[in-house]
Amino acid sequence: MKRASKIYTALIMIFLFAPIAILLVFSFNRAKSLSVFSGFSLYWYRELFRDSETLKAVRNTLILAVSASLISTVMGTAAAVGINKLRSKFMRTALDSVTNIPMINPDIITGISLMLMFVFVGRLFGAATSLSFWTMLIAHITFCLPYVILQVLPKLQQMDKALPEAAMDLGCTPLRAFFKAELPEIMPGVVTGLIMAFTLSLDDFVISYFTAGNGFQTRIYNMTKKTVTPKMYALATIIFFVILTLLLISNFSDSDDASPRRREKTTRRDKKP
Amino acid sequence: MNKKTRSLIQRMTLTPYSIWAALFIVVPLIFVAYYAFTDNSFRFTFDNITRFFTATSQIDDGESVREVRTYLVIFMRSLKLAVISTFICLLMGYPLAYIMARAKARTQSILLTLIMIPMWMNFLIRTYAWMTILQDTGILNSFLSALHLGRIHIIGTESAVVIGMVYDYFPYMVLPIYSVMAKLDVRLLEAASDLGCPAVSVLRRVIWPLSLPGVLSGVTMVLIPSISTFYISQKLGNGKFFLIGDAIEGQYVANNLHFAAAIAFILMVILLACMALVQKLANRKIIVA
Repeated sequence: MKRASKIYTALIMIFLFAPIAILLVFSFNRAKSLSVFSGFSLYWYRELFRDSETLKAVRNTLILAVSASLISTVMGTAAAVGINKLRSKFMRTALDSVTNIPMINPDIITGISLMLMFVFVGRLFGAATSLSFWTMLIAHITFCLPYVILQVLPKLQQMDKALPEAAMDLGCTPLRAFFKAELPEIMPGVVTGLIMAFTLSLDDFVISYFTAGNGFQTRIYNMTKKTVTPKMYALATIIFFVILTLLLISNFSDSDDASPRRREKTTRRDKKP
Repeated sequence: MNKKTRSLIQRMTLTPYSIWAALFIVVPLIFVAYYAFTDNSFRFTFDNITRFFTATSQIDDGESVREVRTYLVIFMRSLKLAVISTFICLLMGYPLAYIMARAKARTQSILLTLIMIPMWMNFLIRTYAWMTILQDTGILNSFLSALHLGRIHIIGTESAVVIGMVYDYFPYMVLPIYSVMAKLDVRLLEAASDLGCPAVSVLRRVIWPLSLPGVLSGVTMVLIPSISTFYISQKLGNGKFFLIGDAIEGQYVANNLHFAAAIAFILMVILLACMALVQKLANRKIIVA
């Protein structure tokens, strides 16, 4: 890279990481202040681990993100396979447009629309409050699905159409052909879709705000409405390091895969009869 | 593959998603329209829609008291801030996407990861951290006064909201532009300069038109969330001015679901119209310089 490019990139990185650096530093603040650093302490971390409500909210968030991303990945991959096989142009356009809706619509409208439906249906059944973990799960699956489909569909289109047919000609059942021949081909798209869905679910605030019972996001929202203590920063710091570790691990395993030695091994293995 | 298996596979794979999409994507939107055009006892009415266009409130700007159309003013303000933020994101993000696409593969993947890390941090905490930076007694001001540059008052102004929007949605601008630029054929650029095209013209006549699909999707991906945001404006704007998202949220909190639905409905219609227009322009390549 040229020097000017380096400086430019560095400036942008400073902009992106300044707030994160600040919450990292202030999570270790001895005092409650979020602007004056008065000394190093782990007080807020201890406070965080004593706060069972927040910990429960974190657990709920993770359960929600894992289940929403898994369900939307399975359903979205299946849908992509189906859409890819569609021959009717009308059906294809109709499904594509509907799939696009949650991506084009602002989050607030997706949230409001689902909330209105949940409230209406809840009232029909006479429930006082219909918003719960389950409505939130439905909402999260709904907004994750299009992103999964969008990741998987191009991989299906790039794939050699003859591949599953060859598998079936060689005696595979359609299901077996899918798992043996098609799925490995589209796996990178499926994995990217899963990661995207997980990230989106974890980061979502707006849709959860409208459809949630006792979610993590709304909980932080309630806390930032009053005064924010460095406790939330402590939580954010922990999240940051968990993410960083995960990313480093995945990066290292990637470079492992690409290392010449490993590649040689796999080719050799592949050559065996 | 015979016809029977094909249709069986199609039914098995598509049915769950089709039902899901109909129930949780299409039907909720019908509910928005239904709530927008009914009153509290679900009788048909236009009142919610007309209220959006006609409701007035008074603004006291110190000198005189003016009467303004509440929601139209809010909408125009949201539009203005969103357009400014999107423009800044584009201005900052386009060169970065270009630099990334030209870098070594290893550097590319590192930069990509770095850009995505802030997206993994919670949106609320991210915004709150900016509050700490921009406060009158905050870090930015301590820094400035340490350098004897004086202090600036920025929290509670529109600039603070714009900074928050740019920060939160910046990756959505860079990533699509980068993914288009990474696929750009380097030989095209070399050919252009070999044929005597100056660097600026290479950018204007080769790189820019080819990266346009990425720019369009980046612009949409930043404009839409920033026009409808409601947390950033409350925190960084000190709740002094409302954006359209705040209006919807406010009505929701006040349990005024029908009017909230009406605002959402109008916002949706306007955005859809804009998007259709942009698509049309893009198809006709009018935007291409």
